Amino acid sequence: MAAISTGPVTTGRVEKNHTGDTPLQEKIGPGIKLKRDYYAGGLMLVLGVGAAVIGSGYKFGTLARMGPGFMPVMLGCVLAFLGLLIAGTALASSEPDNGKFLPDNPQWFGWLCILAGPALFIVLGIYAGMIPAVFACVFVCALGDKTGTYKSSAVLAAGVTVFGVLLFHYLLSIPFPLIRGVNL
Amino acid sequence: MISTAITDLYYGFGVALEPHNLMYCFLGVLVGNLVGVLPGMGPVATISILLPLTFGMQPVPAILMLSGVYYGAQYGGAICSILLNLPCHPPHAVTCLDGFPLTKQGKGGTALGITIIAAFVGASFGITEMIFLAPFLVKVALEFGPAEVCSLMLVGLLAGSTLAKGSPLKGIAMTVLGLLVGIVGSDIETGQPRFTFGITELFDGVEIIALALGMFGIAEFLNSINNTETVDMKYAKVGISDMFPSKADLKLAFWPMIRGTLLGSLCALIPGTGPTIASFVSYATEKKISKTPERFGHGAIEGVACPEASTHSSVQGDFIPTMSLGIPGDTVMALLLGALIIHGIVPGPQLITQHADIFWGLIASFWIGNILLVILNVPMIGVWVKLLSIPYRYLYPSAMFFVCIGVYAANNDMFQVGETVVIGVVGYILLRLDFHPAPILLGFVLGPRFEENFRRSLLISRGDLTTFIERPISAFFLLICVVLIVAQVYVWLRKPKIIEEERAIERQVPTTPYSEVAE
Repeated sequence: MAAISTGPVTTGRVEKNHTGDTPLQEKIGPGIKLKRDYYAGGLMLVLGVGAAVIGSGYKFGTLARMGPGFMPVMLGCVLAFLGLLIAGTALASSEPDNGKFLPDNPQWFGWLCILAGPALFIVLGIYAGMIPAVFACVFVCALGDKTGTYKSSAVLAAGVTVFGVLLFHYLLSIPFPLIRGVNL
Repeated sequence: MISTAITDLYYGFGVALEPHNLMYCFLGVLVGNLVGVLPGMGPVATISILLPLTFGMQPVPAILMLSGVYYGAQYGGAICSILLNLPCHPPHAVTCLDGFPLTKQGKGGTALGITIIAAFVGASFGITEMIFLAPFLVKVALEFGPAEVCSLMLVGLLAGSTLAKGSPLKGIAMTVLGLLVGIVGSDIETGQPRFTFGITELFDGVEIIALALGMFGIAEFLNSINNTETVDMKYAKVGISDMFPSKADLKLAFWPMIRGTLLGSLCALIPGTGPTIASFVSYATEKKISKTPERFGHGAIEGVACPEASTHSSVQGDFIPTMSLGIPGDTVMALLLGALIIHGIVPGPQLITQHADIFWGLIASFWIGNILLVILNVPMIGVWVKLLSIPYRYLYPSAMFFVCIGVYAANNDMFQVGETVVIGVVGYILLRLDFHPAPILLGFVLGPRFEENFRRSLLISRGDLTTFIERPISAFFLLICVVLIVAQVYVWLRKPKIIEEERAIERQVPTTPYSEVAE
């Protein structure tokens, strides 16, 4: 496997940057090159077939009197066909493609934090109220940055919470209790 | 016809100058300018966050404000490109090529000054175009039956997906996916729930705000977290006095500005070619016809003036098909169309007559907004430059808060927040597979209307598909579709020189993870 060296900015989308100095070709086995476009086409194929199959459960109707199933089945077939085309053109093209789905430096912790933030917002929003929900959401999201510390994240979260409460609770008065069970 | 347009415009100024409308217009352009400057925030995400907050407002100020965000962001976007060489906003990416060398030579202020002038010239022309062209288009469009509307939408969808960035095939796939997402919910005619998987919250369909913020908010943060460079502020020092360009610079920039404006307004009329394409095309043209093409890329003032004028004229012209025909040309317009629908306004040719206050008020507010932006940008340039140095680690958590609360506020429903997260993850997967998410939103907004009109036209013709070819206007639109597809196949097979040249320019532009989705 070729070692991949990347610049700090372009890391996510190396293969598009043809001016870059990175060796892109990565062979998986002799002669067979796995391309990302195969996944892309495959995903569209699966989605298309899935939509068509579910759609065929609704009444199809005729051209003059279309049922609710007409469009889903049609669009599903078109999408599946496009999926085949995408994978097919990738087969024919000789453009380099590193075949990797994950970026070169996967940010598992960062991704986890970004997804955990809104998850906490939902849970705490339902059971505890706006202040804990907003604080937890911003705090956890901020931890995802590699330079983020507990202290810096807490300061940011506190700031955003104060601002958010002032703007959304007092100025725009959206119906979202600050702390559930306590009448503020 | 000209005199009616002027009377209508006068009425529009009356609407736009009402203190409360004026205030929201100002708020819109201010917020727009702000997010335009901030790297990693785009007008799509901002408009989606603001949209639920406008639910309680009258439609006129709501639309004026949301539109203001869009054109206001264009004024801010250039600052990032010129001073930091960061193309945070795709329409301004090409400005980096000559803007940043100018900054390095200590002429960043001049470049910004020229940008503001070019922006105003471009925008003014785009607005004028809208004043005279939109009512004319409406006259034509009022003759449209469902078959014509259907074919026209097909043109919009195809153009939007094939002319945008990336592989046209993938663009079309995303449009179809968008149409499928638009189907989720109860069928309009029979009430049959489709693709809801038994989840009652999905019976009303996927929320447009959740879709936009998932695709253009969460997916973008997943893409750019720990992937951004600390910005280099070494050259970003600009004072007000630096911003007035010399006579020689103005003279040099004058004709490129006019050419850029004209090209931009042309691009606006072709559905699917938004400001980004306009700016690249005009830069390439300007370089080609210049007597000194070797200066481009090393700080030619023409290389700033031309694409900027073209961007702004295209941004204003973008509103023409959206407002007169109800066919959006790009993501932001799709979102604004969604906003109109939420406010109970049926988009389409009848909008100008039935909601004259919105249409003419909007046009008048464009003038006012652009003047406000010029006034805002000159003295506040120092503030904007300071904003550039806000690190991403503060920006994205705060943005996540706005995403969560914005989606929640739309329906006071936590389910929507979860929906946004799921859409964000899907959006990131699609992004990793080199799918560009913009056509999804286009397909999503047009989907239900497309299905409705398709059904209706075939009901009228008793299931006869030839109705789409027999009616001349509809046949004309279908012909355009065929031309679009044939052109794409031609480009794919023969790789013509013009396209290759434009691609070469695109490759010169520095890349950032931000510019992937922040349209």
